[in-house]
Amino acid sequence: MSTDKIITLKVNGSAVKFIAPAHRTLLEALRHEGFVEIKCGCEKGDCGACAVLLDGEPVDSCLTLAWHADGHEVTTIKGLGSPENPDPLQKAFIETGGAQCGYCTPGMIIAAKALLKENPEPSLEDIKRGLSGNLCRCTGYTRIFEAVQVAAEELRREGDVA
Amino acid sequence: MLPPFELSQPQTLPEALRALAEDGGQPLAGGTNLFPDLRSGREKGDQFVSLALVEGLRYIKHTEQRITLGSGTTMSDIVHDPKMETAAPALAAAAKIFAGTMVRTAATIGGNVCCGSPSADTVPPLLTLAADVTLSSASGERTVPLDEFYTDYKKTVMKPDELLTSVSWAPPAPGSAHLFYKLARRKGDAITVTGVSVMIAADAGKCTTARVALGSVAPTVFRAHEAEDLLVGQALTPDLIEQAAKAAAHQCSPIDDIRATADYRLQTAHALTRRLITQAWKQVA
Ligand SMILES: Cc1cc2nc3c(=O)[nH]c(=O)nc-3n(C[C@H](O)[C@H](O)[C@H](O)COP(=O)(O)OP(=O)(O)OC[C@H]3O[C@@H](n4cnc5c(N)ncnc54)[C@H](O)[C@@H]3O)c2cc1C
Ligand code: FES
Ligand code: FES
Repeated sequence: MSTDKIITLKVNGSAVKFIAPAHRTLLEALRHEGFVEIKCGCEKGDCGACAVLLDGEPVDSCLTLAWHADGHEVTTIKGLGSPENPDPLQKAFIETGGAQCGYCTPGMIIAAKALLKENPEPSLEDIKRGLSGNLCRCTGYTRIFEAVQVAAEELRREGDVA
Repeated sequence: MLPPFELSQPQTLPEALRALAEDGGQPLAGGTNLFPDLRSGREKGDQFVSLALVEGLRYIKHTEQRITLGSGTTMSDIVHDPKMETAAPALAAAAKIFAGTMVRTAATIGGNVCCGSPSADTVPPLLTLAADVTLSSASGERTVPLDEFYTDYKKTVMKPDELLTSVSWAPPAPGSAHLFYKLARRKGDAITVTGVSVMIAADAGKCTTARVALGSVAPTVFRAHEAEDLLVGQALTPDLIEQAAKAAAHQCSPIDDIRATADYRLQTAHALTRRLITQAWKQVA
């Protein structure tokens, strides 16, 4: 019954075009297009595994319709950095052991990116609250919080140099 | 997977109101309530009217007489507006601890007020601001005090062809205290077990304004009018505050659920009301 529509958006800077019915979530649509770095956990806003930046703002892609992203820009974890040139957050997650199975990591780093943009000097409490929409079943969170602190310091140092 | 539905994407308010009246669709704002509910089957519906592209629904306006939020204002918009700290301190506090980062980007104040959930966190602070809501339909517009908006669990006076277009209130009196406390299983991204908001103002040692609202302890969020009546015109003593807290608890009719028992909700409603009024009185007296 549902009418299909052509959706055009930018993902990590490249144009992506697909056809979707109204009830297709951005999560389903982008994973189908090969952006499997976006993870699917709960599909109800609880776990944050599906988090992406939509025009720079963090959203759960499972609670976003593909239609609502039409004409907008999406950034996934891959858009933040590459193995050769990682984002300070990506580097810190690797170095501190903030990623174990890695399933929560893309969403964690997206949420952490949004946190550090707003608050470059977060306290431990700020980090806990900033990541409260992301669940991890492996790490016990300690290393994740540490990774965000390490990345925040790194970013502040970069800021001082620039 | 969401169940299939039709979605119209009007760009102006008249178009949206026409779509509601003629096609009988249901409004869709941030979807943070609707999508989980559709997916679980708690909510049915195959016809939605998206408010995302409707012009003029997402704004915050401050004037000397009135603060107005368009219904499309998100929780992040509220958090990012520094003026909200004085225009509605308890609402600013509620928005800060609302859900998690990603949900706050999408969740709108219109959706929070209209979902009618007893645990909707912006409602106790809005009730203690004595906020009004503006409802629009193809045949006109009306303004209703938020205190008269809810009729029962998830039931409101809103008609199916109406949209909530804005929420507004008069700025709090200078020197007043506007507080919110959310009791939940954890500090971030949790559903409220007991929510309390108070607004207290004083002049010459007497309480001039007393508003108390409680969430998650009855079928709807409500104003504890009996408690308020005990306080207005009085110098607040610990005894009087205890009486008011008792009166507020008396108005509760909580339920047991997975988050807490009814008894725990009743006791915390009592204790938190007492604590918040005491704290507010210390600030203003
Ligand atoms: C993980 C998670 C955490 C959450 N945490 C909290 C929390 O801490 N506190 C809290 O209070 N809530 C919380 N919620 C619930 C939800 O996010 C809020 O109630 C939110 O404000 C709903 O707004 P929305 O724009 O997403 O509404 P939608 O889901 O789009 O709509 C909700 C309802 O309101 C109706 N509606 C929406 N806008 C209008 C309008 N302008 N006019 C008429 N009807 C309208 C819709 O038809 C629907 O029935 C949480 C949800 C999730 C998924
Ligand atoms: S999959 Fe989107 S929040 Fe869990
Ligand atoms: S590392 Fe496995 S879920 Fe977080």
